[in-house]
Amino acid sequence: MNVLVFLIPVSLILGGLGLAAFLWTLRSNQYDDLDGDAWRILSDDDTPPPSR
Amino acid sequence: MSEAAACPACIGLPEAPLEKAAANGSAQIMLSLPGIHCVACINGVERALCAMDGVASARVNLSMKRVTVGTHQPVTPEAMIDTLELAGYEARLLDRSLLGNETDAYGRGLMTRLAVSGFANMNIMLLSVAVWSGAVGATMHMFHWITACIAIPALIYAAQPFFANGWRGLKVGKVNMDVPISLAILLASGISLYETLYGGAHSYFDAAVTLTFFLLIGRYLDHRSRKAAASAAAQLSALEAPRVMRLAGDTREMVDFAALAIGDLVQVLPGGRIPVDGTVTEGQSQLDRALLTGESRPATAQVGTKVTAGEVNMTGPLIIRADTVGADTTLRKMVTMVDEAEAVRNKYTAAADRAAAVYAPVVHLMAVAAFAGWMLYSGDFRLSLNIAVAVLIITCPCAMGLAVPAVSTTAAGRLFRAGLLVKDGTALERLAEVDTVVFDKTGTLTMPSAARETLDPQTQAVALALTQNATHPISQAIAASLDGVTAAKITDQQEHPGKGISAIYQGQDVRLGAGHWLGAGRGTYVQIGDNRPQKITLRAALREGAQALVHSWQELGLSVHLVSGDDPAETAAIAQQLGISSWQAEAQPKDKIAYIAKLADAGAHVLMVGDGLNDTGALAAAHASVSPASAADASRAASDIVLLNDSLTPLIELPAVARAAKARIVENFTISTIYNVIAVPVALAGFATPLIASIAMSASSITVLLNALRLRGRL
Repeated sequence: MNVLVFLIPVSLILGGLGLAAFLWTLRSNQYDDLDGDAWRILSDDDTPPPSR
Repeated sequence: MSEAAACPACIGLPEAPLEKAAANGSAQIMLSLPGIHCVACINGVERALCAMDGVASARVNLSMKRVTVGTHQPVTPEAMIDTLELAGYEARLLDRSLLGNETDAYGRGLMTRLAVSGFANMNIMLLSVAVWSGAVGATMHMFHWITACIAIPALIYAAQPFFANGWRGLKVGKVNMDVPISLAILLASGISLYETLYGGAHSYFDAAVTLTFFLLIGRYLDHRSRKAAASAAAQLSALEAPRVMRLAGDTREMVDFAALAIGDLVQVLPGGRIPVDGTVTEGQSQLDRALLTGESRPATAQVGTKVTAGEVNMTGPLIIRADTVGADTTLRKMVTMVDEAEAVRNKYTAAADRAAAVYAPVVHLMAVAAFAGWMLYSGDFRLSLNIAVAVLIITCPCAMGLAVPAVSTTAAGRLFRAGLLVKDGTALERLAEVDTVVFDKTGTLTMPSAARETLDPQTQAVALALTQNATHPISQAIAASLDGVTAAKITDQQEHPGKGISAIYQGQDVRLGAGHWLGAGRGTYVQIGDNRPQKITLRAALREGAQALVHSWQELGLSVHLVSGDDPAETAAIAQQLGISSWQAEAQPKDKIAYIAKLADAGAHVLMVGDGLNDTGALAAAHASVSPASAADASRAASDIVLLNDSLTPLIELPAVARAAKARIVENFTISTIYNVIAVPVALAGFATPLIASIAMSASSITVLLNALRLRGRL
């Protein structure tokens, strides 16, 4: 029972961090061109996208 | 069809916003790149553009197959297109103003809700599994309380789209799919909260959240395929909108098409499309009427010639007095025809809507019946409500909500990668029913091309030198057919509007142009010095992939027809070459519609493939329609599917994909029905614990998603 007192908040916080990270990627346009980004990662001379 | 459809009047729209931006010195230009597919293309396009003077940035979006170019000094889109063409990439201009706002707030909102419900779902499941596997007493109650604390705020936020849509339906007195969904979510959380407060054994929070999560996946997929369709429509109407140049006294100004009045003088440069019905007051030229009539030979225009909107001016600048504007132009009459034809097709209801109309009342009835039955049998209100909720959750159209969007998103994605834009949500379902195909000839199956065999090598070199930089379609066709020949060195090249091109080659005059100008017969000739003019045979060559396309569609069992506005000899030749036995020549727009109507009356589901303005009515009248991206704006707007490449090859797999998609949709409905047939009796009998409800629901949704993904592979 004592374990749960730590375990549940920890799992919620870690999950929440993951959620926050996802929302950040969503808001910074990282899902605009999934096909292109999959290829670009292989290219040496890639430049970051122009900011909007 | 969207309301963006069928607006040939857009032909006259100016590119004002683009020009305004260009005047500021920092413009963003968007080009469509139908041919790109890999990292080499991305780098090639970006490098070619960035090397141009004035280009500040270039960013390719591979998913959308387009590039956004930022400039710090004016660069014309034409120059960019030429640069890309030299680098080996096909490009077309997109009008940014018509594409609208690129950020998709609704989709992003759905994604956020999806993330929140997914997060809640994971944590609740963790706790629920503990309860299912035997947690009892204080532990179970604590777990119920924790799940309640996670689920209620998550549901309030994430399930909003369903509540809003269901409420909207109820307000107008209609029970849509979102009503049972909202009811299930609300009842399940209500019951669970009650059970938690009073220490009951069952809570349905996990089921409610899982339901929301899966339904949001369906909603998001649905939104994505709709958005792709909408952006396809926008992208199509944004493709190359030409300008209207009005002459007022000595000044020339670009005006809105709608601002033209009768008697206004409009200048049309070579290569431009004529925006109004009118009379030529100045200039001499040749007109390409193929878009309107299908006639592939150019017509001569001089002072006094009546011209019609939609024709393309080919050789010299023309000044045209507008005789009719607004609703009276041929173009607008065509729109009316299209609208009438489309009204017929709009009666088609998608499979999902048909299913929802049957399904939603059944779900409610079943839940009510379960409640009433158990109430009568046991008299226990709490037990009866619990069972009714279980029925509602199990029958909830979660898999049903995924069945269609999952399939159409996968199919549309596959077709887009092949170079086909699916514009209408019901297009694939209609395409699957197609058993007859009607092709237009000029511009669809054939492209103008000049035969090189008739010229000797020296003349070929001269002809190429004369034509390679010209904009006239015939010149371009000649130059294209002389691919591989080295151009001769010529000087003093001059264009003679309405006649042809002349230059100096090795000290003698060389001329290429109309027969009457060179003292020869009808047709296009090339002359070196005082030698006899040599005729350049212009014949329509088959578009790449046409032969294979017709052949494989015939093998699929489609009956193929050819209807053209061109003369019988030309049409017969092409029909014979392609092995098409039923054809009709010299067809006017209304003849084409009648031809399709006749086939439809005989019970055929017709697919129309065409590109001209003269095909627009037929495209709209047919059960389904396809047009190439080179087609007139109105035709593209009226068709369901647009072919982005020049080759017809991608069309080959279209019927197969459409049929497979329809089969998958039917299978998906079957799968979710089977799950219901098994799970509903269990729920009605009162054995459906939250565990069983969750498992049944998740399993059916996942099977449906996986089944849809089968479309990606071989068919």
